[in-house]
Amino acid sequence: MASVAVPVATRPGRVADLLRRSPTIVIGASLLLIIALAALFAPLIAGDPIAFQPVDRLQPPSARFWLGTDSLGRDVFARVVYGARISLLVGLSVAAVSVAAGLVVGLVAGYFPRVDTVVMRFMDGIMAIPAILLAIALVAVAGASVKLVIVAIAIPEIPRVTRLVRSVVLAVRALPYVEAARSSGTRVGRILRRHILPNTVAPLIVQATYICASAILTEAGLSFLGAGTPPEFPTWGNMIASSRLYLQIAPWTIFAPGLCLALVVLAVNLLGDGLRDRLDPRIARRM
Amino acid sequence: MIAYVIRRLLATIPVMAIVGVFVFLLLHLAPGDPAAIIAGDNATEQNIAAIRTRLGLDRPLIEQFGSWVWAIAHGDLGVSMFSNLPVTTLVLQRAQPTISLTVTTLLVAVTIAITIGVLAAWKAGTLVDRVVMGFAVLGFSVPVFVVGYLLVYVFALQLRWLPVQGYVPIEQGLWPWARNLILPSLALGLAYVALIARITRASMLEVLAEDYIRTAHAKGVATVPVLLRHALKNAAVPIVTVIGIGVALLISGVVITESVFNIPGVGRLVVDAIARRDYPIIQGVMILFAGVYVLVNLCVDIVYTFLDPRIRY
Repeated sequence: MASVAVPVATRPGRVADLLRRSPTIVIGASLLLIIALAALFAPLIAGDPIAFQPVDRLQPPSARFWLGTDSLGRDVFARVVYGARISLLVGLSVAAVSVAAGLVVGLVAGYFPRVDTVVMRFMDGIMAIPAILLAIALVAVAGASVKLVIVAIAIPEIPRVTRLVRSVVLAVRALPYVEAARSSGTRVGRILRRHILPNTVAPLIVQATYICASAILTEAGLSFLGAGTPPEFPTWGNMIASSRLYLQIAPWTIFAPGLCLALVVLAVNLLGDGLRDRLDPRIARRM
Repeated sequence: MIAYVIRRLLATIPVMAIVGVFVFLLLHLAPGDPAAIIAGDNATEQNIAAIRTRLGLDRPLIEQFGSWVWAIAHGDLGVSMFSNLPVTTLVLQRAQPTISLTVTTLLVAVTIAITIGVLAAWKAGTLVDRVVMGFAVLGFSVPVFVVGYLLVYVFALQLRWLPVQGYVPIEQGLWPWARNLILPSLALGLAYVALIARITRASMLEVLAEDYIRTAHAKGVATVPVLLRHALKNAAVPIVTVIGIGVALLISGVVITESVFNIPGVGRLVVDAIARRDYPIIQGVMILFAGVYVLVNLCVDIVYTFLDPRIRY
């Protein structure tokens, strides 16, 4: 379905072509691939992220500890590699959850005007609550777990997806081919699935990358504030938080995870910008 | 005009009502007895019963919600579980640092963002444009606390130009106050600058392609007046919209920035409240921040009618 509107080069012969026309997609995707592979094969490339050796505390980067050690003598490189797991997991899951939920709500709201008013008011309300406070409150009430962090970060993203999907539905539902389908007696579910849904795919792919980037940032922020992923998991946010007192004597304990965080989010954003330019020329011209 | 403002003001009521329901239910739908959660782990049965009665948790849910809303409408955000002080008092005590930080950031960020955004649009396709856009993508990607520690490391620890952390009330002098705000504002403002610079460039590009811009150039108007008076004024509506929406970004950022720079503001109040599970503070500040966001966007909607007299509601 999507391939009709979305001619993305996938054959190997076209990679060079893609690199020339959308360098940001290639740069972003390769950066992400490297980080994802490192996270996936963490046990093979990094040592134990939890084991601590008080003798080795606050060691600067060396051949033995590539990125030095933290205040408990834990290997920063190992922790950074394992930390990528949480960031990527949260980023991808939040994007999937919020896009799925926003898609359903947006389709329904856009197609049925009566539902629309109520649903959109509700979404306005959620949007008004600062995302990080909402997540903090949810975590404070229900206790910290990775699953809850994903839900807590996804909820404030849902209104954005809903608005996007709704705007597509409103634009498309008045087009002659949808009218034709309706007048020939096609059932609502089929119209939404076959005739309207495909139009939302391209903008949603772009939106999903931006949500992924912002979810990774929010997760790091929550971990940094001590309201996110349980502290026994190494995350880039809690690594920075636990090293804040050592900024002067051991800056690597803060800047190693900080740089990774910035790189991942940059990679996702570059990918998103590239995809937007390729998939959504209407917006591309404006941005 | 007045009718429009009133109508727009009334439209904020359902939004705030939904915020209220959401924030209220957050505590009440949580697994377990809220009174037990509030009382803490070592509470006796009596303690829990006392809290339940004091908070009216033994009354029907709808009645509780009613009195809670009634209290908020009267400026009563509840009482902190930990310090037993009214949340309103606690927030007011810590309002100055937060307001100083956000307002300074807002002014500085908007000024920088619009300047570089206009520059990028004017010089579209050149190196200047690419540098600004590259900076914008970077600005979105680096988290507030990483920028914060980077700035502290360079400008406070290495160069020793500015203080590492803390806040000095404005009553103790303008310079000490400003000195302590420079690094936090820069850290907090980066993502906001990126956001606004991008929309400024996009919006300006669209306007600069219009015929009347070419006419203005042709009749000999100097470049700067063309950019500012002819173009920027007409590009303003989307920019102001994003400034309003971006306030959400600032509010979330403030919570983290205050933690990085040890600023005793409302954000720190919330973060300290998480550790103590002080729900009334978390709820109160959520309502307050949501209210600020809604108000700012109300102002944005009203500003539209000044920027573009064609917009009539």
